[in-house]
Amino acid sequence: MATSTMQFKIYRYDPDKDNAPYMQDASVEVDFSLDRKLLDVLTRLKAKDDSLSYRRSCREGICGSDAMNINGKNGLACLTEIKDLKQPVVLRPLPGLPVIRDLIVDMTQFFKQYHSIKPYLINEGPRPERERLQSPEEREELNGLYECILCACCSTSCPSFWWNPDKFVGPAGLLNAYRFIADTRDQATNERLDDLEDPYRLFRCHTIMNCVDVCPKGLNPTRAIGKIKEMMVRRAI
Amino acid sequence: MVNRILVGAHYGLKDWIIQRATAVVMALYTLLFLVVVGAVGPDSFEAWRAVFAHGFMKFATFLFLVSVFYHAWIGIRDIWMDYVKPDGLRLLLMIATATVLVGYAGWAFQILWRI
Repeated sequence: MATSTMQFKIYRYDPDKDNAPYMQDASVEVDFSLDRKLLDVLTRLKAKDDSLSYRRSCREGICGSDAMNINGKNGLACLTEIKDLKQPVVLRPLPGLPVIRDLIVDMTQFFKQYHSIKPYLINEGPRPERERLQSPEEREELNGLYECILCACCSTSCPSFWWNPDKFVGPAGLLNAYRFIADTRDQATNERLDDLEDPYRLFRCHTIMNCVDVCPKGLNPTRAIGKIKEMMVRRAI
Repeated sequence: MVNRILVGAHYGLKDWIIQRATAVVMALYTLLFLVVVGAVGPDSFEAWRAVFAHGFMKFATFLFLVSVFYHAWIGIRDIWMDYVKPDGLRLLLMIATATVLVGYAGWAFQILWRI
């Protein structure tokens, strides 16, 4: 058995008990033959101290619940290899969103922005007997867009979203906006572009690409934002 | 009073394109400037003056400076939009920025055409 002790520094805050957040030192025995990902170790930490709070569900990078700031970089605990982590591992909640408790943040603002881009297919045409068909080429356009799991790693690593979370849609919202703009079955392209042609909603993006750097699914919101701008230019000239 | 979030001004694309276009003008002028200065090799006030006395150089320099000021307008306005939350103060800073930049453009014209 390859066991070893891992050192942590964890952001703790319980608004019912604490006046202010603080960083707590913690250590835990890790069995490297069983534990691979950070979430495995968090489970061990929680077994030691059940007051430690974080969200988790699927433990395989699909639900997007366990997004947190790991050694200064946003990521999913369930996809982060423990052997690559520098110790003490510093765990903080996602930056820029209100903290509910420990590593749990209030995602209301993030989802408000997501809903603002109308994340559903708009098609007023007659309903087909079965599904709306796409050619393989048309379907190909959605690759790299539909995989977003809305974990908020990207938007909460974006300074433009930190400063204007109420007005700037943010990388996750814009990636999803382009997912519907790019969909040939959607008929609301013009309305969607109109809605985004705005100094705050879209043009707060200054292309610093923090979103691309952190996306645990390897998606590229900056590219999607570029495509939206390109479509606006093609529409305007 | 409830402070409602207001977005939907429906502009931004034009500024975004102009910021890129002015960047191209600035890059081209930088090349032109280096070539001209490299070829002439001005070593005195009179020589420098002669470089800018040429009509084309005056025009190109003015175009460059106007590009700088427009580029700066969009950049500085973005900073105010990012960081300055009170609407009144933001408007005041935008007006002040625009005024200063228009003033600079007039001043640049005066300097170039008095040579």
